[in-house]
Amino acid sequence: LAVGLIPFVAVCFSVPLWDRLYPMVLGLPFNLFWLISWILLTPLCMEVTK
Amino acid sequence: MSPSAIALSVIFGIVLVGSTAGFIAGTRHKMNLEQWTVGGRGFGLVLVWLLMAGEVYTTFAFLGASGWAYSRGGPTLYIIAYLVLAYAGSFYFLPNIWEVGKKFSMQTESDYFEKRYGSKLMGAFVALVGVIFIIPYLQLQVTGLGLIVNVASFNGIDRSTAMAIGMALVAGFVFSSGVRGVAWVSALKDVLMLFAAIFLGIGIPYAYFGGIGEMFTALANLNPSHLVMPGSTKNMGHSWYISTVLLTSFGFYMWPHLFGATFTAKSGNTLRRNSVIMPLYTISLPLIFFVGFASIMVIPGLSNGDMSLLTVVQKTYPAWFLGLIGGAGAITAMVPAAILTLTASTLFVKNFYRPVFAPSMTDDQVAKMAKILVVVISAITLYFAIYSSTTLVSLLLLGYAGVTQFFPGVIFGLYWRRVTLAGVFTGMIVGVATVAFLSLNKMDPFLGLNAGFFALCVNMAITVVLSLLTPMRANPFDDDAEVVAAK
Repeated sequence: LAVGLIPFVAVCFSVPLWDRLYPMVLGLPFNLFWLISWILLTPLCMEVTK
Repeated sequence: MSPSAIALSVIFGIVLVGSTAGFIAGTRHKMNLEQWTVGGRGFGLVLVWLLMAGEVYTTFAFLGASGWAYSRGGPTLYIIAYLVLAYAGSFYFLPNIWEVGKKFSMQTESDYFEKRYGSKLMGAFVALVGVIFIIPYLQLQVTGLGLIVNVASFNGIDRSTAMAIGMALVAGFVFSSGVRGVAWVSALKDVLMLFAAIFLGIGIPYAYFGGIGEMFTALANLNPSHLVMPGSTKNMGHSWYISTVLLTSFGFYMWPHLFGATFTAKSGNTLRRNSVIMPLYTISLPLIFFVGFASIMVIPGLSNGDMSLLTVVQKTYPAWFLGLIGGAGAITAMVPAAILTLTASTLFVKNFYRPVFAPSMTDDQVAKMAKILVVVISAITLYFAIYSSTTLVSLLLLGYAGVTQFFPGVIFGLYWRRVTLAGVFTGMIVGVATVAFLSLNKMDPFLGLNAGFFALCVNMAITVVLSLLTPMRANPFDDDAEVVAAK
């Protein structure tokens, strides 16, 4: 549960820290770059068939 | 051939291929009620993944997200955040829901409430609320279909006629396919959408600005405040963002069709592994945003932002390509619309009409009446779609505000023995009433928060307080008589 909380803090509760236009990264506004990064980082955090 | 004839021919060609694929997949399996609704509980990782992950790509993502990027700007970012968190959150409770679902042979969300709280009335209420709030989600898809046919015909077919054609296609699709057919057409839809997202998300910025970075630089110079919250709105700041992300990520699996899809998995572990990889499915969504952001400078001044993606495609590419994108969009609207219609009709008859009005109905009679309900629900949806002018994203948020009121009852039902029927039922009624009051009086956002989230907080508080004040009953989920292999 503690590990699952990491993405919640990163993309939800900490929005005032990353909702900004600059610095642009890879041509993207910083807020969009941050969220796209967490699309990739969240999966890292996260007999019957026979 | 005129451009509109070319575009419409391509659209209907794609729709015909999709419908035929669904029909063939549907008729290869003889379907009783359980198979028609939960696919015989035998879907493996691939099919469950298609059925659930495919839900990301509806008209909401295709036209609604680009529309909000065009008209609202920064607040649109909530869409990426909520999808990622909805999948991450599902890791913790979906396997447990599957486990109790298998143990008690559940088919629907109402079955869950009825079993956990020992009340048929509670199950019937959940079914009714579920069907009511599915209507705006269904309306979203039909409105999107109308926009697609309207733009592709170069305004030759008016929106109302276009929506009626779309709704008829959806109803026919539901009758011919059932859930297995829909699941396989969902695969076609996802491939088409992925192609459209990549081609348009990269192609449009390159065609007009020379690249994605150049497009954002131009927009940052023109209107920098559009790209951060509250964007081009006055009241969608950070508190709105946090409350909306929480509401929608908690509510994602509270949709009756997604809750029901949980029961189609082979094991709880299938769902657990799914939730690890599913956030990756949203990686192409930002490409759809790029189209909306680029459109601000290419086609400024649109009164309806939801038209931006199709209008910029119409302006940039030849008619056959508009038809290709329109066809992808049409399938993208039809598949979720079919799933929603299927869920709403079965839920209404099985969990509301039968227990309240006709307890002696057989499963065959339920299945027959559910098919009649498909037509009734289609007609109601079409009425709202024609006479309403709400944006596509706002329609979905209204639906979320309603279905997320199930969240306390679902989660407390799994993990808190002390929760009582009186607490959950009262909390849910007050939550739904709060949503209705705030929405009808146009008080959303309320106190800076998403109105649905405010209602959820009221609902939670009432559920906890009343549960502590009322006597608890035995929790049927605690019974270990039947060991299930999902642990």
